[in-house]
Amino acid sequence: MFEHYLSIFITTVFIENIALSLFLGMCTFIAISKKIDAAFGLGIAVIVVCLITVPLNNLIYNYILREDALTWIGIEGSNLEFVELISYIGVIAASVQILEMFLDKYVPALYNALGQFLPLITVNCAILGASLFMVEKDLMFVESIVYGFGAGFGWALAIVVLAGIREKLKYSDIPDGLKGLGTTFIIVGLMSFGFMSFGGISL
Amino acid sequence: MNLKQYQDVIIKPLIDENPITLQILGICSALAVTNNLSVTLVMCAAVISVVSFSNLFISLIRNYIPSSIRIIVQMTIIASLVIVVDELLKAYDYETSKKLSVFVGLIITNCIVMGRAEAFAMKQKPLLSFLDGLGNGIGYSLILIGVATIRELFGAGTLFGYEILPLISNGGWYMGNNLLLLPPSSFIIIGLFIWLIRSLRSDQIEEDDFFVSKHSTSPDLTKREINV
Repeated sequence: MFEHYLSIFITTVFIENIALSLFLGMCTFIAISKKIDAAFGLGIAVIVVCLITVPLNNLIYNYILREDALTWIGIEGSNLEFVELISYIGVIAASVQILEMFLDKYVPALYNALGQFLPLITVNCAILGASLFMVEKDLMFVESIVYGFGAGFGWALAIVVLAGIREKLKYSDIPDGLKGLGTTFIIVGLMSFGFMSFGGISL
Repeated sequence: MNLKQYQDVIIKPLIDENPITLQILGICSALAVTNNLSVTLVMCAAVISVVSFSNLFISLIRNYIPSSIRIIVQMTIIASLVIVVDELLKAYDYETSKKLSVFVGLIITNCIVMGRAEAFAMKQKPLLSFLDGLGNGIGYSLILIGVATIRELFGAGTLFGYEILPLISNGGWYMGNNLLLLPPSSFIIIGLFIWLIRSLRSDQIEEDDFFVSKHSTSPDLTKREINV
């Protein structure tokens, strides 16, 4: 059983890395990767939010939205899958807001570190993408917890590595037109080619 | 309110303020869908319609949205529009809808839509906002179509599935570049596009993060700061 969860985790972090293989959350990935500190803070925030929202959305899908899911309250033949997107984004926006208020009240130190990144996360497609892929893979509840954590962890790993490379390149003599955004795109492309080599691993 | 202003909001996002190459918006969905021109066109049409209509509707009710819950209100409008697009696509072009899989849903979190709603539609009149959405959608599409053309033509030798460069495997002369068929190549192509645009529009070049010393002793290293 443990091996099964470990293999989901490894697959999500390396083989199907949410940033470098599935290209989700790219806007914040490229915009907030100038400094390692900021990248690390954002990475932790994404892990936390993924860990909360993916299992929550899994419950919502399995017990409310899915075809014939409402039989437990005695409604036959229901299919609410068409409101899937709006309910997931609602869950994500609400949990980000609640997390923000909770941290502000009880863990102010963490709030000061993460606070500015939390609103950004609502529109980060890595989070919504993780929920949508969870549905596509048809995961059970416990599997979805592991998947949520793995997806967030993989994204955090990728952004910290990118920020490291960008800090290292700060003093390089880059052609004028490629400065900043241009080189970042090319670095991400090369990193992503690198991550493709994990595709050969079979679990 | 004159004609010039209307022209500006449509023309500017095409190159001067392109959402992908300058504003860093909407890159997420741009990459996975560009290996095939016809799929890309469907994606572009979906994004253009969502961004222009969400701008229009948000601008119409902008004076009634309390600022504390504006993100949720914007999200609801955007998500409803995306659901409409998704259902239409499933009904009329099921094949493409399958190929795009989750990426249609991800238009909700496409930062172009949210970014334009927040930066433009919350402050401007409905018609102007609609045109701004249209312009930004087209600017996004220009880059996507450019990337898709390069990837499909030089990767598979086809455009829209029709053979342009006959491949060696089909008895022709062109050796397809398989690297271009892999998704990461689109990053590199966008990087090169940015280089091209910034060589033509030098005002878009980013400033260095560090200060260049005027008293540098070595003439060859004037552009670098020496850290020993």
